[in-house]
Amino acid sequence: MRRKDGDAKVTGAAKYIDDLTFPGMLYGATVRSSIPRGTITARHISLPDGYTVADHRDIPGPNYVALIDPDQPCLAVDEIRHVAEPLLLVAHADKDALLHLDTRISIETRNGTPTYDPEASDVCFKKIAIDKGDLDAGFKAADVIVDGEYRTAHQEQLYIETNGVIAVPGDGRMTVYGSMQCPYYVHRALVVLLALPPDKVRVVQTETGGGFGGKEEYPSILACHAAILARKAGRPVKMIYDRVEDLLATTKRHPSIVRHRTGLTRDGRLTAMDIDVIMDGGAYATLSAVVLSRGVIHAAGPYRCDHIRIRGRAMMTHTPPNGAFRGFGAPQTLFAIEAHIDRIAEQLQIDPVRLREQNALRPGDTTATGQQLGRDASALAVLRDAVKRSRFHQKRKAWAGTNRGIGLSLFLHGSGFTGGGEVKLASKASLELTPRGARILVASTEIGQGTRTMHAQIVADALGLPYDAIDVHEADTAFVPDSGPTVASRTCMIVGKLLERCARDMRRRLGTLTPAQYYKKHGAFTVTSQYEPPPGLQWSDETYAGDAYGSYAWGCNVVELEVDPVTFDVTPLNVTAVAEIGKAIHPMMAIGQIEGGTAQGIGYALTEEVVMKDGRMANAQLTNYIIPTPLDAAPMDVGLLERPYAHGPFGAKGVGEMPIDGPAPAVINALRHCGFDIRSIPATPERLMRARLHHGFSKAGT
Amino acid sequence: MRFTLNGKSRTVNAHPMKRLLDVLRGECGLTGTKEGCGEGECGACTVLLDGVAVDSCLVPLAHVAGKKVITIEGAAATRTGKALQNAFVEQGGAQCGICTPGMILAAAPLTSHASFDEIRTALAGNLCRCTGYPAIFRSVQSALKASKRAR
Ligand code: FES
Ligand code: FES
Repeated sequence: MRRKDGDAKVTGAAKYIDDLTFPGMLYGATVRSSIPRGTITARHISLPDGYTVADHRDIPGPNYVALIDPDQPCLAVDEIRHVAEPLLLVAHADKDALLHLDTRISIETRNGTPTYDPEASDVCFKKIAIDKGDLDAGFKAADVIVDGEYRTAHQEQLYIETNGVIAVPGDGRMTVYGSMQCPYYVHRALVVLLALPPDKVRVVQTETGGGFGGKEEYPSILACHAAILARKAGRPVKMIYDRVEDLLATTKRHPSIVRHRTGLTRDGRLTAMDIDVIMDGGAYATLSAVVLSRGVIHAAGPYRCDHIRIRGRAMMTHTPPNGAFRGFGAPQTLFAIEAHIDRIAEQLQIDPVRLREQNALRPGDTTATGQQLGRDASALAVLRDAVKRSRFHQKRKAWAGTNRGIGLSLFLHGSGFTGGGEVKLASKASLELTPRGARILVASTEIGQGTRTMHAQIVADALGLPYDAIDVHEADTAFVPDSGPTVASRTCMIVGKLLERCARDMRRRLGTLTPAQYYKKHGAFTVTSQYEPPPGLQWSDETYAGDAYGSYAWGCNVVELEVDPVTFDVTPLNVTAVAEIGKAIHPMMAIGQIEGGTAQGIGYALTEEVVMKDGRMANAQLTNYIIPTPLDAAPMDVGLLERPYAHGPFGAKGVGEMPIDGPAPAVINALRHCGFDIRSIPATPERLMRARLHHGFSKAGT
Repeated sequence: MRFTLNGKSRTVNAHPMKRLLDVLRGECGLTGTKEGCGEGECGACTVLLDGVAVDSCLVPLAHVAGKKVITIEGAAATRTGKALQNAFVEQGGAQCGICTPGMILAAAPLTSHASFDEIRTALAGNLCRCTGYPAIFRSVQSALKASKRAR
């Protein structure tokens, strides 16, 4: 199936936000704080004519970016909480006139004392507690107790297209075009901030050059900024971040500290898991509560244990807010449990595969939240397949004591919003009859993952029409219903399912007529369907117990690598990624998601280091924030397994996020196999050098 | 300033130190060339200059006087361009597509018997965050094979 947006992308015809201009358009820029914490005491602005300047007094509605908590101001009033806090906005017809604003604008501040350590912070955005069984009884039954602390750092999404929008004002209305994942998030933020009725605000997603979560919530504040300037100037305003501003100001993955205390019998059966999770939220709450939620729910990994206690906190610190990034809290906690499991295996002298096999969740088992798993629970299947494909045991034995290592990780990822999230969202999808077939109307965005193609395939199959007869409307809030955000691996399983239902309804209504015949006789019609939870799904936000997700996808990674004995550079040699995703609607695109997410996970483990200095990213350039390049790409062997989920379209579950959950712990476990005791990432050469070589390699591998 | 753009002679009045990237996207109205970093790190702005792949964000306009520039809009007319464009769609080399024009032009000078290492080296200066690269390698390999068959 040829991807819908393919030809436009390979010919240069696809229009991204920076490719658009509007008559009379101005360019906008943001004047930001330069201190991490403090109070604004005076603002001095001396700009000649031709500039539009806006501050918080130009906001018609309440001054916050509507998302979950109303705590993040769109423009600072007097309080500064991070180095990139937006203070003023400036627009001009000539982009170059915005270059040296700091010589004409000066902000006086009184400095406060910043906090960067989430454990020292006294502001907590969210606390979550999960309890299963009786922890004390679990520890009493244990022969061995293993403790460990694991840390992960910031990670930058690094979509190649930076954030950008254009706001176009017009008689009491505001239209915003932009690079984004969630048009209706932006829509809501604008409605609140501009105090406009919903039908006076329109948000249109333009072709989007990657998101990975980095364009989930961030575009809302940027759209608000452009809209404030556009409203004041009465002209369209384009705001595109350059790479440095994008790195300095936009969200990153939450750093985390996870502590495990685990009880086991001598032969390796888990009896008790006590887990403490701390996430560093940065300066404002944004999505921290939900990132924490996914993090704690995944914290016990794909394992069965009767007695579990999990405590989670998301804390405020004085860095730019952290936010959504593919995996959304799960990569952090899965890193911890999977690194911990290999330490346990080492301590008990049990083979790490056997330890996992023994404790892996099976159909009918219950997770930490008490969710009973269905027949599609596939931990054992992915584990066995990955071990076999990679010849794990042979290599493990052959490379022992050398500078080559092999390690694995086993993981699961819940598809869709957590807990009651999907019920609250109550997403909608529509399908409109056209003379040649049908047109899909959803707010789900194409950000490279293949939304348009995959949705069109689901509809074509359910309607019994050829793929080419299906069109996809652009994600424009003036035309498409709110299908919820394009996040959480929900676009296929949740929105795809809604479309499948629409298509079946449409097919019934067409009866024996073709779309062309029906259209000629009766004209067009539209069918809409709205999310309903699968029967029996139970969740309590109070006790954090129940069915956390409709279903889970399952994965196992094996990483083979080599450590340079002199420079401590790590070269991944081969990566095996096995994923069970229910049903691959478009296998090539599913593999593309897995390969891309896996590469991001390898970067997370080894090279991607956000150097924070005084609350500011000190390496805010592509030159020294190092993502994998074509030369670093290790060969990958991807295996797809399919165990259909009854409530997904054609059995499909989520695929987009899970691939980033497993590589980091598999890398760290491979390094452990080489003799490095690493418990935090990224495992840079400096960190390896410092790590205790606890049974150092003596001979070079072959 | 005069140069050949996608096979046609073109005169542009702009500051000689203006970045070729901005001239192409602005004065010439060809927005297929993308900007990812503006510092020569990502390759999204790759164009062919007298047949050699360069980062147009690092090239001042003055430098192209009298030379031949090919952008993604003109790629189809090159020896391998069409096959590459097709393969990037068919083999999954283009996901979000923002790196794609640059990738295609970086691969365009490769000969049909290029080895895997030659392909990697040709693309070494081009970053892709979506694919992790295997699908891009598959796309280039399949395009080179196809262009070999076509000849
Ligand atoms: S924009 Fe030219 S190399 Fe990145
Ligand atoms: S396809 Fe998105 S960056 Fe390459």
